[in-house]
Amino acid sequence: MSVLAIQHLHKSFSSGSMFAVSGEKKKAVSDVSFELAAGETLAIVGESGSGKSTVARMAMGLLPADSGRIFWDGEDITHLSQHALRSRRHHIQMVFQDPFASLNPRMKIGESVGEGLRIHFSHLSASQRRERVAETLSLCGLDASGMDRYPHQFSGGQRQRIGIARALIVEPRVLVLDEPVSALDVSVQAQILNLLNRLQQDKGLSYLFISHDLSVVRHIADRLAVMFAGRVVETGTSEAVFSHCRHPYTRALLDARPIDHPSQRQNIHLPAGADEGVAATGCPFQPRCPFSQPDCAAFDGALNQAGFACLHPCQPA
Amino acid sequence: MIEVSALSLSVSVQGRRVEAVSGVSLTLKEGRVLGLVGESGCGKSLTAQAMLRLGEYQGVERTAGDIRLDGISLFDMDDEAMRRIRGSRLAMVFQEPMTALNPVFTIGSQLIEVIRLHLKLDKRQAKERATTLLQAVGMQQAEQLLSQYPDALSGGMRQRVLIAMAMAADPDYIIADEPTTALDVSVQKRIIALLLNLQKQRNLGLLLVTHDFGLVAEMCDDVAVMYAGQVVEAGSVHEIFDHPAHPYTRALMSCRPGLSADSGELTVIAGQVPQPGRWPSGCRFAERCPLADAACEQPVAADAWRQQTHVARCVHAGEVVR
Repeated sequence: MSVLAIQHLHKSFSSGSMFAVSGEKKKAVSDVSFELAAGETLAIVGESGSGKSTVARMAMGLLPADSGRIFWDGEDITHLSQHALRSRRHHIQMVFQDPFASLNPRMKIGESVGEGLRIHFSHLSASQRRERVAETLSLCGLDASGMDRYPHQFSGGQRQRIGIARALIVEPRVLVLDEPVSALDVSVQAQILNLLNRLQQDKGLSYLFISHDLSVVRHIADRLAVMFAGRVVETGTSEAVFSHCRHPYTRALLDARPIDHPSQRQNIHLPAGADEGVAATGCPFQPRCPFSQPDCAAFDGALNQAGFACLHPCQPA
Repeated sequence: MIEVSALSLSVSVQGRRVEAVSGVSLTLKEGRVLGLVGESGCGKSLTAQAMLRLGEYQGVERTAGDIRLDGISLFDMDDEAMRRIRGSRLAMVFQEPMTALNPVFTIGSQLIEVIRLHLKLDKRQAKERATTLLQAVGMQQAEQLLSQYPDALSGGMRQRVLIAMAMAADPDYIIADEPTTALDVSVQKRIIALLLNLQKQRNLGLLLVTHDFGLVAEMCDDVAVMYAGQVVEAGSVHEIFDHPAHPYTRALMSCRPGLSADSGELTVIAGQVPQPGRWPSGCRFAERCPLADAACEQPVAADAWRQQTHVARCVHAGEVVR
């Protein structure tokens, strides 16, 4: 059974300025479904505005969906009250992108990390809680003596470890990681990725890993869901997507990856189509797609059996 | 040619002067792309900003060394002379396209302001030039764009506007500080292509400040790697990628998650970057370096190891270079 499943999620936001009276809605997420198995890492990849963080927030129960259903460990939590959700939140926890903004600067690390215990493990005494905090911090590679210090006394990488400790302390089965390493230097990024790998092996955690960085994703993910304009446009195992992707958007993303060595330099050819922009009807990728045909304007954008949403896919190499 | 020689800069940390850049030397030539690479806090941005003498407004002080533009020291110039040089000889492209444009003025008025500051053009001519510049950076419907405000533009479009602005007075050198970091990957590639095309067409000297070796591999002719306020290795892009000589460069390159499918452990660099003010007198990387020994406790010269144009600030580099 999957530890997290979402089915046909939709979400729209009102667009325009805060003073606009028109009821115009902008679709942020359209018909997104996926499952996450125990011990698995699913990466959601896409550019800013693709809806990946919105999906994550809905999966966490932090944002109500317009329609669709969300299951935690097989239980439909879509319509649970905040109170009922709260008692189940230890199942799924979140690690945020910005380790500088996501810790309360006035709270000692021990209090920040231990906060979840007061809610989900309220039977623990203060000294038991302290012990648990110390254990979790050292699990995340931090000295337990850091408990009585404040966030500003830690580096970016250490703060991200603190963020992970805070999520882990309530013993979740799923971690939603929203760009957890993109604010970090490469050397620190490697440390955090190693930590995440080790924790997953030791605890059988499942990761929903939101990222725009394909090198990082290739390193950590078992499966990928590529999002564009609120839809999943391609999904598959990491191996399959990286070796023979079918959707032109995935291709464009892969082609845009930075190279490893100057010998791979090519005469940079700019792909046909516009820089940016999304079609309002039909396949949203049309304005940027080098393979776009007239029938794309009537395409419903649904994923096919092979896991991609495209009428004129790239040929597998 | 811009020559940075033995430049040291200090910043103010809680009321104390602390050295943040120590004895950095670089040469930026016309027609070349020089990458200044390092992790946050290594001093790469401070060095780049010093080349326009921008840091002075934020309490950065030069404590030693010099920066010469075609042989003339920037520090001998008065504010007026410096103002003329910024934009017309060397210009800057900043990292954050979202904050580098003023939200209450149109694209046109911001662009025309820069043009008229440097070139003796009337309003109509300046507007024409603004349109041409926007076309040169790949913007369609340039004329309409002039009357738009920055919030109507995406990140990639704003970065193009900023590049157009940097090009406004036809500078000889561009300093680009992480010009693509804030952008989506697909847009990044286009901005890289744009910068490289402009650089080639106009024979610009381009200084690229970045933390990203991928970007260096893509764009640079020459590379300088900084660590803890010093240049620790410098050479041509092929020298650096084929035979990295400094243990820090080697470590930094190998801890990137590769593009190959390998989910094993990534190499990490033990310990942390020493903070400004707590730099050891010897090699600054020694406490994290697997090769460190007693010899590393003495100050190490920037060219302690040298092979043709390739230099490394390491007494053990000869043992590791293949």
